[in-house]
Amino acid sequence: MADMTIKLLNYGYFEKKMLSELAVGVSSEFEAEVKIVEGYLDLNAYFDAVRKQYNGNQILRYIDSHDAADYQKLVGLFNVDLFIPILTYIFGQAYLGGKSAIASGYRLTNERYGLTKNEALFHARFLKEVNHELGHCFGLIHCHNPGCVMQSSTYVEDIDQKSPHLCGNCRNLFHEGNR
Amino acid sequence: MNKKISLLIVDDEESVRDSLYNWFLEDGFSAACADSAASALAMIESKNFDIILTDIKMPGMDGLELLRRIKAIKKDAIIIIMTAFATVDTAVQALKDGAFDYVTKPFDPDDLSHLIRNASRQIMLAEENTQLREHLKLENVDDIIGNSTEIKQVLEEVQKVAVTNSSVIITGESGTGKELIARAIHANSPRRFFPLVSVHCGALSESLLESELFGHEKGAFTGAIYTRKGRFEMADNGTIFLDEIATISIKMQIELLRVLETKSFMRVGGSKLITSDFRVICATNRDLKQMVDEGRFREDLYYRLNVVNIRIPPLRERKDDIPVLVQHFIRKYCTAMSRNPVSIEEGALSKLQEYDFPGNVRELENMIERAIVVGNGKEIRIKDLPLLKETSQTLTESLEELERKHVKAVLEKYDWNISRAAKALQVDRVTLYNKIKKYGFKENS
Ligand SMILES: Nc1ncnc2c1ncn2[C@@H]1O[C@H](COP(=O)(O)OP(=O)(O)O)[C@@H](O)[C@H]1O
Ligand SMILES: [Zn+2]
Ligand SMILES: [Zn+2]
Repeated sequence: MADMTIKLLNYGYFEKKMLSELAVGVSSEFEAEVKIVEGYLDLNAYFDAVRKQYNGNQILRYIDSHDAADYQKLVGLFNVDLFIPILTYIFGQAYLGGKSAIASGYRLTNERYGLTKNEALFHARFLKEVNHELGHCFGLIHCHNPGCVMQSSTYVEDIDQKSPHLCGNCRNLFHEGNR
Repeated sequence: MNKKISLLIVDDEESVRDSLYNWFLEDGFSAACADSAASALAMIESKNFDIILTDIKMPGMDGLELLRRIKAIKKDAIIIIMTAFATVDTAVQALKDGAFDYVTKPFDPDDLSHLIRNASRQIMLAEENTQLREHLKLENVDDIIGNSTEIKQVLEEVQKVAVTNSSVIITGESGTGKELIARAIHANSPRRFFPLVSVHCGALSESLLESELFGHEKGAFTGAIYTRKGRFEMADNGTIFLDEIATISIKMQIELLRVLETKSFMRVGGSKLITSDFRVICATNRDLKQMVDEGRFREDLYYRLNVVNIRIPPLRERKDDIPVLVQHFIRKYCTAMSRNPVSIEEGALSKLQEYDFPGNVRELENMIERAIVVGNGKEIRIKDLPLLKETSQTLTESLEELERKHVKAVLEKYDWNISRAAKALQVDRVTLYNKIKKYGFKENS
């Protein structure tokens, strides 16, 4: 997997420092080169006035339409409240075995839940979310091994229960699937 | 879960079908879609689906009619009705007609996950019953390594207690594998379809612990925009694992006892009583009975928690396990680091078997990981296990001598930047200056 490149597209106005931390975490987990790119996108087109949230399906479809000449996987990073028609919210989503994913930091901060701001915790959660969605892009499904990043997380405390890493089993599947 | 559960999604709206389809694939189910009740019926004729999720309002035949038709052919089919506009009448009708559940779109992600776990549990348990499976064999314990009679005895106890609903206390020194055993109990219990939720009590202050355990209500305090679930609520139908139980304050002990007795509690800032059906497993490296005698742990709580006690012996009392653990960790870390498996020198292995392992299995694990990182990529040698060498030397060193060396090393690491060195040593700058004076250190000396 020497020449795997993962692109992180920053649509969330995240700071450089946080993004480079994120890149290190992603890069070591998937043994890939990571590129950070600033993205520009008018999110108004994806705003649902009734739900007052942004349509994750449409955004993911848009991201996936990017020309994939210089990367294998692409994750769009956002800072808005995402939904899909069937769910009240999502932290992110991916095309299983595909090349694109999206992740949002919107519901990952402590402040959103009335708790004291904790920048480090937010970064940790965001990395887990991005790694999780990337795992799906690499064809991994949810895993029941405690601590594995591919555990399904339906709320933020769930995310805190897992590590940013693939468990041994998922790592083997990752290697098998991406040789 | 051992068997892949198959789902059929019936909805005339493509975006709903696609979203659910993806969600289920990612969750490890096999899924199929139908855009109308008629095509659903055709699919059901040729293939067996474990769970059918159907919308109510569809052009042509509606979801309630589909429900009745499927039930007429397959009485025990699990059918979940989805609707955008819930009315009491249709809900009652659907349940009367045998729907497994009736849910409103859009779902809370957690509700959807709970709903499907519930349905899966019903399917798996029914299957187990028909196979008359008795819990003779432990499953999901492949990651618990050991040949010693001691560890086999522990696993026997795990097997006995797993199927019950009893509270369990796991005792053992730090690093002996208490959390691993807690997971094994959960994984072999009828609660295994629901989460095992861990709380590291020692890591949380009293006020944080309360909000962690019980959650808080939307608007409980400024900025609390969303409701936050506590660990007890997350563990509904599952197991809660309270690690380092001996560290909680007397006040929390009282709260905890109340929750264990009533299985209900209020979120912080809430007035609604929430009930949760959880099993408790605790762990501690302390002698709780002695703490009770000294008045530092409540006796009533102790007896409530200590229905079954599983003791994990320290690694030095089961040295037979060391070689297999070493092999296990070599495999684990070589895989994780994408390296070829290494072997271990005979001499290094016997050195390990002589060692006492105050940090138990965790210490052994860290040692092997480190040895693989620093080693030659072929074989773990004695010199790759410096901890062993150092401990034998340093065991005769005085505390003062150790402090002297450590402070000096930290100062050099930070190029004599006093603030940073003090921070790393977790002392204030004045204390650090005093130590420098005491040991007569000078920069570049
Ligand atoms: N019997 C065992 N087989 C394999 N790994 C073990 C075993 N016992 C402990 N470990 C490993 O040692 C580490 C510490 O175990 P843990 O359960 O966290 O200990 P404790 O809770 O008693 O401090 C973990 O990484 C765990 O996987
Ligand atoms: Zn997922
Ligand atoms: Zn996994």
